[in-house]
Amino acid sequence: MTTDTSLVTRSHEENWLPIIELAVEEVFEMMVGCRVKVAAQSENKPNEEFTAMVGLAGALCGILAVCCDAKTAGEIAKRMLGDTADSQEQVADALGEICNMIAGNFKNKLSGSGDRCMLSVPTVISGGEYSFHSLADGTCLETVLLFEGAPIAVRLQLES
Amino acid sequence: MTPVTAFAKPSRGQNWLPLLERATQEVFEIMLGCQVTRAEPSEPKVPGGFTAIVGLAGALCGVVTVCCGAKTAGQIAKAMLGDTADSAGQAVDALGEMCNMIAGNFKNKLTGTDERCMLSVPSVISGGEYRFHSLAQGNSMETVVLFEDAPVSIRLQLQN
Amino acid sequence: MDKITALIVDDSSVMRKIVERSLRQAGIELEKVVEASNGAEALTALQSNVVDLILCDINMPVMDGLEFVRQAAKLEKAKGIPIVMITTEGSESHVVQALTAGARGYIRKPFTPDQVKEHVLPVLGKKQ
Repeated sequence: MTTDTSLVTRSHEENWLPIIELAVEEVFEMMVGCRVKVAAQSENKPNEEFTAMVGLAGALCGILAVCCDAKTAGEIAKRMLGDTADSQEQVADALGEICNMIAGNFKNKLSGSGDRCMLSVPTVISGGEYSFHSLADGTCLETVLLFEGAPIAVRLQLES
Repeated sequence: MTPVTAFAKPSRGQNWLPLLERATQEVFEIMLGCQVTRAEPSEPKVPGGFTAIVGLAGALCGVVTVCCGAKTAGQIAKAMLGDTADSAGQAVDALGEMCNMIAGNFKNKLTGTDERCMLSVPSVISGGEYRFHSLAQGNSMETVVLFEDAPVSIRLQLQN
Repeated sequence: MDKITALIVDDSSVMRKIVERSLRQAGIELEKVVEASNGAEALTALQSNVVDLILCDINMPVMDGLEFVRQAAKLEKAKGIPIVMITTEGSESHVVQALTAGARGYIRKPFTPDQVKEHVLPVLGKKQ
């Protein structure tokens, strides 16, 4: 293995979308108890009323974000916590944890660079009117998966 | 206690707020050429507006956020990039970079942590109506400074 | 199977509920669940609760999971109580650190109830 992890990273990034998708599928199956499937290209993207994000630093530098609408976020929280999940804060916590686990699961699947990559604390933005911009100027990988028919966008934005 | 975290844990009695304040003041002075003054705690908090976020990972795990109104974000961009900075996109970039530099300057002031704590890529949220929720469970500290008489809030939220 | 008392240590209330649910789904009958949001709280909880099993995250404020395991090893009340780490940290070095510190098992998040059963039942001395 080359000691220049940046070369290893760049040459493999285009292969990472299936790894992200698998990481998402596993987290939803194990932690939410349901299967999600990758949406067709023509499927709508979600109305991004909730955006959970976690920073990656180290061998990989970037952001992993999970976006969905408020109803879907609420459903995810209910599946994880039961009917007691009824506050905005619990919904945000649940989505933040999902994002954290997807990022952790993804980086654990990367041989080599995953070990040298650390995660920051998840944060969750919610609201009716906001835009999310990442200053990452490298590769952006995005996939949309369907959770009970509702789209969830998962985006990995990397620093070049 | 592992050596990696020995210097970093705020529970060891270190008061980091003055470091955060100094890191902020230095960045404004060096990058924008202006001295900012600390705002009194009674200054009104900025609603909505722009929030820049940078994740910390490693010996320190948390987030640094810089929050201000849209007009102030534009003024920061102009001060940084010159009068040609007139787009929302540039305001986003400028605030993201400020957040990145404040976070980096702050962590470099912590003895022994700079190489063991890394930053993720900055993100910026902008909009009229959104809520920001961090899953950090540790210490949180905030400083508010006045830039062109408008408040800019800088917050550090730690997981550990 | 006898009912057990489990101490669940994680700074996220969401994760504590999920861990409890996973224990039940794994067929482990719970008499009582004690919760703590960091290692220091967990050490305090051990002073006043008789616990059969500890499930513990690594990254927590105040006192992290690895330090909790080391401190618990010195506590008379914690002697013999199996500790299983449940954490997002998946690197080999974290696993080694945890097991060296005294943890009896290591589960990476995300996890299934079957994985919980696989790692917890043996340390409880029960057949799967």
